[in-house]
Amino acid sequence: MGIVSVRNLRKVYGDFTAVDGISFDIEQGEIFGFLGPNGAGKTTTINMLIGLARPTGGTIFIDGIDGTRDTKKAQSTMGIVADESNLYDEMDGFDNLCFCASLYGMRKDEREKRAHELLEWFGLKGAGERPFRTWSKGMRRKLTIAAGIIHHPKILFLDEPTTGIDVESARQIRSLILDLKRQGTTVFLTTHYIEEAQRICDRIAFIVNGRIVKSGTLEELMENAGHEHIIRLTLSNSANGVTTDLQHRFPTLHIEAKEENACFISSPEKIPLSPILQYLDSKGISVFEAKEMRPTLEDVFVKVTGIEAGKLHKEKEGKK
Amino acid sequence: MNAWIAFWSILRKDIKNYYLKPPNISWGIIFPLSWTLMQFVRTPHAQSFNVRELLPGLMGMSILFGTTSMLAVTITFERRGRSFDRLLLAPISMTTLVLAKISGAVLFGAIIAFSPVLFAALLADLSGINWGIAIISILLMAVTSTLLGLAIAISAKEVFEAQTYSNFFRFPMLFLSGLFLPIENLPVFLRPVSYCLPLTYGADMLKGAIMRTGRMDTWFDVAVLIGFGLLLFYYCQWSIKRKWIL
Repeated sequence: MGIVSVRNLRKVYGDFTAVDGISFDIEQGEIFGFLGPNGAGKTTTINMLIGLARPTGGTIFIDGIDGTRDTKKAQSTMGIVADESNLYDEMDGFDNLCFCASLYGMRKDEREKRAHELLEWFGLKGAGERPFRTWSKGMRRKLTIAAGIIHHPKILFLDEPTTGIDVESARQIRSLILDLKRQGTTVFLTTHYIEEAQRICDRIAFIVNGRIVKSGTLEELMENAGHEHIIRLTLSNSANGVTTDLQHRFPTLHIEAKEENACFISSPEKIPLSPILQYLDSKGISVFEAKEMRPTLEDVFVKVTGIEAGKLHKEKEGKK
Repeated sequence: MNAWIAFWSILRKDIKNYYLKPPNISWGIIFPLSWTLMQFVRTPHAQSFNVRELLPGLMGMSILFGTTSMLAVTITFERRGRSFDRLLLAPISMTTLVLAKISGAVLFGAIIAFSPVLFAALLADLSGINWGIAIISILLMAVTSTLLGLAIAISAKEVFEAQTYSNFFRFPMLFLSGLFLPIENLPVFLRPVSYCLPLTYGADMLKGAIMRTGRMDTWFDVAVLIGFGLLLFYYCQWSIKRKWIL
């Protein structure tokens, strides 16, 4: 049994089944990513795990504690970071951290020491005495994560940790998450950034319509993409016009213009590059680069769920 | 021990963030003062103005408005900002959480109940008041009114909703509880309603302590107010679990 063990977890609201009998384990010290579109059941699942929603059925064990029966004991082992920075605007950074520590029973000297330590580690020391409402989005997010780990939790739940913040802050937060993993903290995170999941998660689960449709390590998920061959051609002309001609000329290949001057050719068989180059040359189109691509997690996600990754991004950004 | 640390922290935070803000302090002073002046102005002959007679009503009203407003607003505000989730997710019992959240409002209500007393002391002789009973009644009224404010806050999603719902309860209570109009002067069909309101028993205790005109036994009033307090306390816990832990 992992540090988190979930079996046949269900949540039904009236006629609507939000989570439909999901099971998974999270091992100590790993980063487990939950990836899925809006309404897939990610937030409902995380809410059941942290004790903010009651499961209709199934079991949750957190560090060996029955999370459905002994919720408060289970909560003492968790750090929880919601998808919004839910600290107190009126208080400064230091007081916010000390307050959060006190909720876990930490004594004054202990919580003040830890708050100073975290402000330093998260690069927020300079802003520690300023009211939280004056902080930038990225800084607010970092302090919310700091508040989530103030009591040294065994497992940290992060809901969309980098959504809606600037690139630099997102990079710093990813680096902080990896630091936490190195220190032995188990991390459960939901994200709609497929690249983010690919970059930092040890294992990933795809959730669609309340069900886990696929889960595994990155390598295991990649195997699912099969041994598809993909070549990216960078062209002198717009790729849109060429794609139809190429597809007509090479019907066994799948050709797509994903970028302005680049087209992607994919096939389960080895791709015959010379005839393609010759054909393009005959049409007066120069090929600047021909690069063999490995399938990405995005390809796997699209293949397994049937949901376009672009749609996933748009939905989430719209929500924010 | 852990629960006490969390309890004091929540109470301190609420007092610092909400109750000690200048608008609330000034409201606590201006509201009872303006009601006292209003009563003074509407009395035809200044010499017939009896501050002592008005004192239970003004104190009860200050407690009722102070506690219900504050808690209804602060809880709804924290729910909207989702900082209340932080408290729900902390490893503290619901009993500790509810006690911590109401304690600030109870203290605020009890303190502002004394602002009419300060004004009255300038205008009348307040000797002979049973302060022991008065303080018990103030505290019990503050507890029941605060819990009523919490029950309202649990039902509201927005601050304005909480304020509107509060007024549905507050104004009828003000006139049905005997604070300003004696219950015997109410229409017969309304009298049973009066006896269903916690404020009626608090007002009776206060009148007993200040003017010796209480109609019910003081300890009966205490018992009923404790009963209302416990009922509302458990209702609020049940309601939070049912509505906010989905």
